[in-house]
Amino acid sequence: MSAAAEIIAALAAAVPGAQYEELQSSDSNVTPVILVPVAHLLATAQALRNAPGLEFHAFSDVTAVDFYPQRQPRFDLVYHFVSPHRRARVRVKVRLDLNQAVSSITSVWPGAGWTEREIYDLFGIVFEGHDDLRRLMMPDDWEGYPLRKDYPVQLRKDASTYMPLQVTEEEFRANLERDRLVRPQPPTP
Amino acid sequence: MLYTLNDLDRCKKKPFVVSVGHAMAELRTETMTVNMGPQHPSTHGVLRLVLELDGETVVSVSPTIGFLHTGIEKTAEQKKWQQVIPLVERMDYLGAQSNSLAFCLSVEQLLGLEVPQRVKDLRVLIAELQRLSSHLVWFGTHAMEIGAITGMLYAFREREILMNLNEHLAGFRFFPSYIRVGGLREDIPRGWLEAVTAFLDRFPGKLDEYETLITKNPIWLDRTRGVGVITLEDCQKWGLFGPIARASGSDFDVRRAFPYSGYETYDFDVIGASNGDVYDRYLVRVAEMRESTKICRQAVERIAPVGEWAVNDRRIVPPPKDQVYTEMEALIQHFLIYSQGFTVPAGDAYVPVEGPRGEHGCYVVSDGSNRPWRVHMRSPGLMACQALHKFIVGGMIADVIAVIGSLDVVMGDVDR
Repeated sequence: MSAAAEIIAALAAAVPGAQYEELQSSDSNVTPVILVPVAHLLATAQALRNAPGLEFHAFSDVTAVDFYPQRQPRFDLVYHFVSPHRRARVRVKVRLDLNQAVSSITSVWPGAGWTEREIYDLFGIVFEGHDDLRRLMMPDDWEGYPLRKDYPVQLRKDASTYMPLQVTEEEFRANLERDRLVRPQPPTP
Repeated sequence: MLYTLNDLDRCKKKPFVVSVGHAMAELRTETMTVNMGPQHPSTHGVLRLVLELDGETVVSVSPTIGFLHTGIEKTAEQKKWQQVIPLVERMDYLGAQSNSLAFCLSVEQLLGLEVPQRVKDLRVLIAELQRLSSHLVWFGTHAMEIGAITGMLYAFREREILMNLNEHLAGFRFFPSYIRVGGLREDIPRGWLEAVTAFLDRFPGKLDEYETLITKNPIWLDRTRGVGVITLEDCQKWGLFGPIARASGSDFDVRRAFPYSGYETYDFDVIGASNGDVYDRYLVRVAEMRESTKICRQAVERIAPVGEWAVNDRRIVPPPKDQVYTEMEALIQHFLIYSQGFTVPAGDAYVPVEGPRGEHGCYVVSDGSNRPWRVHMRSPGLMACQALHKFIVGGMIADVIAVIGSLDVVMGDVDR
């Protein structure tokens, strides 16, 4: 019985109704890979962390891969979890289509927060239940998601302000006028 | 001018007595927002912290990153496999060669390559020298930020030797790009092993010197003990590995738990501590430098001065120059490798390595072509920045500097 099959057997007891699939990878002997349905991600994450025999207490990483235009659904979310005391790792994959949201696992591993923000920032994948889903790397007013495969590589963009001006132009001029230092005129002889 | 006793008496402050209930009604309890960085010298590059302070106590912190985001992961998708190595080395620029080691191990996993034993030993030696170099920068800057400027001058003296070793080895000081997919760039230069041995002979004594400066310094102890404490459970929840987790009682070291590049054959201890404060993280890293020196010594003993420096696979490693000039097949192979690169079987791989800051790992995806489909580097610094509030909320603002130094974040690694 492969390591992935063992994990799937332990998960099936904890998460009823979920269909898991074992995937093959070049490093499957160290890191078993399982495919998790989108709807069961959060329950699976809880089981991976808490179920006896699994105990993947440590969060390692999450990233995304865009397979556009080769594959439909186009995105893969790739999670890595580690069980430091069992000396075991697992890779969890979730397949997502464009504009399909996925539940955030920050309630299980708060350390996933920024990595999920990074994926939102660079791939445009929305994580439901994330309490602070803002861009992480790119400026807040950036358009598009740079790590998508349909994002142009040689894009030239004008520099934009990080924060928009908070006052209107009239107010700005009025403020300038108000703050202008007026020298007292010398008395005319 | 001499003061009379009378003058001094007059200068003494009178006790300030108010009725408690009245004073509470008038006391202003507003918090103050302070912006630290992105150009603050203690932020190790460009980390911006917005701190909310109540007096000198930190109430909340919101770190802002991304000032050094260079899109390396996107750029890597346009490059051939071998061309990615200089890019990933620029992510964590203090632990440059642990990045390229992670990338090469992952790609070799996809290719199914097994590099020769001598290459494995050389990689271990290079990785440990890189760890020493990174820890020396950490030691110097951390000590300087807390006020022990001497420590910085001492540490950078030894680091300069390590930089010179890099220059001797590969011609580059910071980013040697010496570890390649399939082995190394070329054989080690003549005299390099002797230079490494000379450094290893010198270094432990110098390390003792640093420790006499800092380890039992009462000011250092006051500034670091019991400061920025994190529990092991929080470390695991927030994705912190490496020296930070080991200072909180973890025994997890990738070199021991998931050995790569032949680390299972080396004799070394995994250093741990239990208090999880700034001082314990200091102790763990300093002791790690001693362990690294031990590993380096064992590696130097195993490495023959001349020998194999890459796999004997002509699809990946270009043929030697004398064959290129005399044999047609070798010339064709040379031309193919330098114009098209090599292809990597479709699939994905992630091989973690123990970098100076914790678990480094490169997740690579190939679609079977000569360019990577996706390259993603796991960043230990990102996790440390994210969990910063766990360390500093409730502490004093002066401790923020000590904590950031003890986390050893490198912004190139955080922003990528």
